[in-house]
Amino acid sequence: MIDWPLVSVIIFLPLISALIILFIKEDELTSINIKWAALLATFGTFILSLILWLQFDYSNPSYQYEEKFRWFDDFNFFYHVGVDGISLFMILLSTFLTPLCILASWNNIKKRVKEYMLSFLFLETVMIGMFASIDILLFYIFFEAVLIPMYLIIGIWGGNRRIYASFKFFLYTLLGSVLMLIAIIVMYRNTSSMSIEFLQGNYFSYNTQLFLWLAFFASFAVKIPMWPFHTWLPDAHVEAPTAGSVILAGVLLKMGGYGFIRFSLGMLPEATETFIPLIMTLSIVAIVYTSLVALAQTDIKKLIAYSSVAHMGIVTIGIFLVNQQGLEGAMMQMISHGLVSAALFLCVGVIYDRMHTREIEFYGGLVQRMPLYATVFMIFMLGSVGLPGTSGFIGEFLVIVGAFKFSSYVVIGAAFGIILSAVYMLYLYKRIIFGTITNNKLADILDINTREKIILIPLAISVILLGIFPNLFLDPMRLSLELIIINYEIANAK
Amino acid sequence: MLNNIYNIFFIPEIFLASSSFVCLLFGLFLKKNAFRQTSNLAVFVLLLTILLVYYDSESNFANYKNLFSHSSFINFFKILALLGSIASIIISKDYFLGIKLKNYEIPVLFLFSTLGMMLMIASNNLMSMYLAIELQSLSLYVAAAIKRDSISSAESGVKYFILGALSSGILLYGFSLIYGFTGSMNFDNISFYLSKYDNLNLGLIFGLVFVMVGLAFKVSAVPFHMWTPDVYEGAPNSITGFFAIVPKIAAVALIYRFCLVPFENFYLEWSQIILFLSIASMFLGAVAAIAQSNIKRLLAYSSIGHIGYILIALVAANDDGIKAASIYMFSYMIMNVAIFAILLSLKVKNEYLIDISDLKGLSKSNPIVSLSISIIMLSMAGIPPFIGFFGKFYVFIAAIEQELYVLSVLGVLASVISAFYYLRIIKIMYFDESKSEGITNFQISFQSKIILSLSLFLIICFIFYPSLLINISASLTI
Repeated sequence: MIDWPLVSVIIFLPLISALIILFIKEDELTSINIKWAALLATFGTFILSLILWLQFDYSNPSYQYEEKFRWFDDFNFFYHVGVDGISLFMILLSTFLTPLCILASWNNIKKRVKEYMLSFLFLETVMIGMFASIDILLFYIFFEAVLIPMYLIIGIWGGNRRIYASFKFFLYTLLGSVLMLIAIIVMYRNTSSMSIEFLQGNYFSYNTQLFLWLAFFASFAVKIPMWPFHTWLPDAHVEAPTAGSVILAGVLLKMGGYGFIRFSLGMLPEATETFIPLIMTLSIVAIVYTSLVALAQTDIKKLIAYSSVAHMGIVTIGIFLVNQQGLEGAMMQMISHGLVSAALFLCVGVIYDRMHTREIEFYGGLVQRMPLYATVFMIFMLGSVGLPGTSGFIGEFLVIVGAFKFSSYVVIGAAFGIILSAVYMLYLYKRIIFGTITNNKLADILDINTREKIILIPLAISVILLGIFPNLFLDPMRLSLELIIINYEIANAK
Repeated sequence: MLNNIYNIFFIPEIFLASSSFVCLLFGLFLKKNAFRQTSNLAVFVLLLTILLVYYDSESNFANYKNLFSHSSFINFFKILALLGSIASIIISKDYFLGIKLKNYEIPVLFLFSTLGMMLMIASNNLMSMYLAIELQSLSLYVAAAIKRDSISSAESGVKYFILGALSSGILLYGFSLIYGFTGSMNFDNISFYLSKYDNLNLGLIFGLVFVMVGLAFKVSAVPFHMWTPDVYEGAPNSITGFFAIVPKIAAVALIYRFCLVPFENFYLEWSQIILFLSIASMFLGAVAAIAQSNIKRLLAYSSIGHIGYILIALVAANDDGIKAASIYMFSYMIMNVAIFAILLSLKVKNEYLIDISDLKGLSKSNPIVSLSISIIMLSMAGIPPFIGFFGKFYVFIAAIEQELYVLSVLGVLASVISAFYYLRIIKIMYFDESKSEGITNFQISFQSKIILSLSLFLIICFIFYPSLLINISASLTI
C-alpha cells in the first residue's frame, strides 16, 4: 500500500498550485503561463487520483487510505480523510472534469484569467475534500466552501443575468446547508462523535431521526436538486460560463446524491424508511415535469439543465430503493450524468464560442459544416437518452430493475421519464444538427479544433467505456454500497 | 510600605489611569506632532497594560472591598478590549492626520474609555459598574463629537449623549430597585440573597428589566439599537472604527456577567428578555442592512446582527456559551479591525470611502484590497473556512447543548439573510463593470499594514490551528 498521505496530497495540490499561481504576474503575455500552470496542476491531480483507483482494495467495504489527525482539542473533530467505494468515483469525476474545464476556458475567458484559474483550483480542492472527508464537520466546511468559488465563477464570468443567478445559487444552497449544520451539531450532541464511519448505524431515536432527516433533506434536495427546489439550477446553468456549467452539472449536483447515500441512508435508516414515499413522489414528479419543461425550452443550455433535474430524479429513485440494483444504478447514473451532461455543456460551449448564442432556432444543419462535432454530440446525446452501450443505459436499467422490487408505479413513472428524455434530446438534436443550413451566419462555421477534440474525445471514450464495461466501475463500489444496505436493513428490521 | 505602593501601581487599571494622565500632560506640553507622539505613547501604555493584566494576580483586588472581581473570563475580555483599542488607535492614526484632526486628546480619550471598559468588565458591584459605564461612555460621547466643525459629527455626539444618558438613567433606576429589594449592591451578596427565593418579586423583576434595557442599549441590541447607525454614520470613520471594535467587547462581557453572576438562579426571568433581544437583533440587523448604501451604516447593522448571535450564546447560559461568546467576540474584533483598517486607508476620488457603490471597479484597480474585503465579508457572513464560521458554529453548539432548537434555526436563517448584503459588497467589487478606473487610492502606513495582515492571517488561518484560541476560551470561568 501507499505509505504517504495520498488523499491529502490530492486534496491540497490544487490549493497549493493556486497559491503559486497567485504570484505569477498577469498581463497580456503571461496569462498563458497561468493557464498552463493551472492545467498542469489539475492534470497532475488527475494522475494522482488514478493511483487511488489502481491501488484500491476491492475487497474492503470501509475507508481506505485513511489519514487522521486531531484538529480541535475540545471536541472530537478530526482531520479525517479517506476513500471508499462510494467516494472513489466522485473524486475521480472531479479530478477528471477540472482539467477539461481549464482547457474549455482556454480561449473564451479573456478577463481576469488569474482569478478564474484560482477559483477553479480552489473549487477542485473543496470538491475533492468534501468527497474524501470522514468527519462531518470537515465535510460541512468543504460543502459550504464550494459556494465561494462557484459564486464568483457565475458572477464574474457569467452571462447577462449573472448577478441574479449567482445570488440565487448562493442563497438557495446556503439556506439548505445551514440547516444541515444544526443537524450535525445535534448529532454530535447525541453521540459525541463526528466520524461518518462511526455514525453509520443507528444511534438516534426515531423522532430525532425525523428532524435530522428533514434538515439533511433540505440541504441535499436543494443541491441535487429535487423538484420543487430546483429553480436555482436553470438560472445558474444558463448564466454560468461553460466550464462553470460543466462543474455544476458534473460534480456539484452529485454532492446531493452522495449526501443522501452517506447521511440519510447510512445514518438515519428509520427516518429514511418513513420518507421513502415522499422521495419517490417528488422524484417522479421531477422526472415527468422537468422532462416536459425541457421539451418546451428554446435555449440549449436551459434544456440540458432541466434534463439534469430529470436525470437526478432517476438517481434519487435509485438511492431510496435501498437495494443493490437501485444503489448501484444510482451511482452509475451519477457518474454517467457527470460525464454526459458535462460533455453536453461543453458541446454547447463549442457552438456558443463560435456564434455567441444558445438559441435553438438559430442553429440547424450543423452536420453539413461540422461532421465531427455532430458525431461526438450524438454520442453524448445518446448517452443522455440511455442507449444500450452508453453509460446512461447502465444506470437507468439498474434503477428500473431495482424499482420493480419496490413498486411498479415507480417503474412506470421512471420509464415514462426516460421516454420523454429521448423525445426532448432527439428533438433537440434534430433541430440543431440535421437539415440544411438555413441561417446564413452558419455558412462558414468551423468544425471542432484540436483543443476541443482533446476535451471531447476522452469524454466520449469514457461514456462508451462505462457503457460496455460497467463492472470496471461497479466492482469497487459494490461492497461499500452493500455495507450501507446491510446497516439499513438491520436498523429497520428491529 | 514601599512594596505595597509598588504593588498598587502595577494593578493594571491604576497603571492605565495614571498613564492616561501622563499621556494627557505629554500631549499638552508637546509643541509639534503632539497627536502622533501621544498616539504612540498610548499604544505603548496599552501594551504594557496587557502585560500587567496577563501577569495580574488575584490578591490585588482584595483591597477594593469586592467592588471588582477577578476571573479568567474577565482577563480574557480585558485583553481583548485592550488589543482592540491598540489596533484601532494604530489604524486610525493616518486617517486623523489625513482629515487634519490632530487633537492629541483623541488617544487620551480612547485611553480613558478603555480604562472604563476594563472596569466595566471587572465590576462586581452595581455602583462600580455604573461608574465604569459612565467613564467609558462619557469619553465616547466626546469622541463622537470631536470633529467640532462638522455638523454630522456634532449631531452624532449629541444623539449618542442624549440616548446614552437616557439609558444610563434607566439603568440607574434598575439598580436602585435591585438595591432596594435585596439590600446590597455587591453581585455576590445579591446572588446569595436571591438564592433563598424561588422566584423574583415584582420590584426585582422591574429592576431586572430596567437594567436589561440599559445594557441592551450599551450592546445596541434591537429594539434599543437606534443610536448605532446614526452615531456610526455621523462620527469620523476612525471613531466609528473604535466604536465598532472596542465598546462592544466590554458591553458584552458586562451583560454576560450581570446575567450569570447575580441572577444566575433566575435564568427563566432574564433569558426571555435576552431571547427576544437576540432574535430581534439578528433579523433586524440582517434585513435593515440590505437597504444601506453607506458602508458605515451597513457595518452598524452588521454589528447589531453579530450581537444577536452573541446573545444566543448567553441564552444558552452554559460553559459552552461562555466559550462561544469569547470565540465569537474574538472573531468579531478581528474582522472589524481588518475591515476598518481597509476603510481608513481607502480613498475614492481623494475622499475616504463612504458610499458602497464607490467600491465599483476596486477589484481591477486594487485586486489585493478587494480580495481582502471579500474574505472579511465572507467571514462575517459565517461562510467556512474563515474564522467567522467558527464563531457561529460554537454559538450553535452552545445553543443546541441547551436544546434551543428553534432559536438555532432562526439564527441560521438570519445568517442566510445577512449573507445577502455581505455578498452584495463582493458583487459591487467584482461583478459590476466600472468604466472609470484608477480613482481608488489605497495608502496604508506600515503599522496599519501589520495590523491588517495579522488580522487577515487570523481570519484565514484560524482553521489550521484552532486549538490555541479554543483551549483558552474553554478554560474561562465567569
